[in-house]
Amino acid sequence: MEISMRDLWTVFHGMGFGALFMLAFTGAIVGLVRMGAPGSSAILNRKDRMILWFYLAGMVVLAWATVFSGAYIVYPWYRAVPPAGTIDLADYPRYLLLSSKTTKEWHAFGMEWKEHVAWIAPIAMTMVAYVYWKYCWCLAKHGDLRKAALIFTLAAFVATGVAGAFGAFLNKYAPIRGGETIQLTKGE
Amino acid sequence: MANANESSMDKDLQNGAGAAAILAAGIGCAALGVFTLLADAFNGIKSFLNFYNPTGPLSGVTTLAIVVWLAAWFVLAKKWNGRDVAMQRVSVVAFVLLAVGFALTFPPLLDLLQGK
Repeated sequence: MEISMRDLWTVFHGMGFGALFMLAFTGAIVGLVRMGAPGSSAILNRKDRMILWFYLAGMVVLAWATVFSGAYIVYPWYRAVPPAGTIDLADYPRYLLLSSKTTKEWHAFGMEWKEHVAWIAPIAMTMVAYVYWKYCWCLAKHGDLRKAALIFTLAAFVATGVAGAFGAFLNKYAPIRGGETIQLTKGE
Repeated sequence: MANANESSMDKDLQNGAGAAAILAAGIGCAALGVFTLLADAFNGIKSFLNFYNPTGPLSGVTTLAIVVWLAAWFVLAKKWNGRDVAMQRVSVVAFVLLAVGFALTFPPLLDLLQGK
């Protein structure tokens, strides 16, 4: 069983960071909604609040890890330019997609949208984590701050959903392959 | 969580610091959209934003958006820290800016704005 270095990084970017970040949204949304419940300061004790803050801080780390690994590790492989005369475009995903009328929109629409909109998520979640850290004990009393943080969390969720969905589809039509091969187990 | 104790709760009640962070996030998202549009519309700007060649103009678009976001946060926090501000108005402006960020990263709208 083996995997290429590029495949492995794509898995880290999409599944290791991105999918985990996406999964974490339910907890963040529930936590922020719960803060607004009547008597929430009594419901949430110090330990609960600390856990939610570390949870949000973890989401911030995952969000930045996702966009930076995407933009600076995986994306350069995606947009690599094939040498003149290359016929097999399998190692040049962007050019592979653009080479056919039936796939070019996956780049022109899908990748163009994904590569930009994804950056809304870490900006929004960094703000949400900061607001929670700053107003942890009295966020329930600041309804407007809590609502704004919740709306930015939902916006980050949408941005991540768009980026993640197109990432999955793009990897179906033009997977990023190549690089050094890592042998995970020896076949019999 | 140095400031997260109930005894300092009263001191933290002013919404200025939170409002600054929220509005700055909106400004950062809008900046992302504006830089995306500029890079798409003008070849000169596209070349200028090519900060790191393997990543292309995306490197400049996102780096500058982050710089604008952090700068806005720094300035607004200096101005509003320890104060109460009209949070509803700040929220509305932040949401509009967030929507601008979403809209200007949507390729069909970028094409429409450029008459493509």
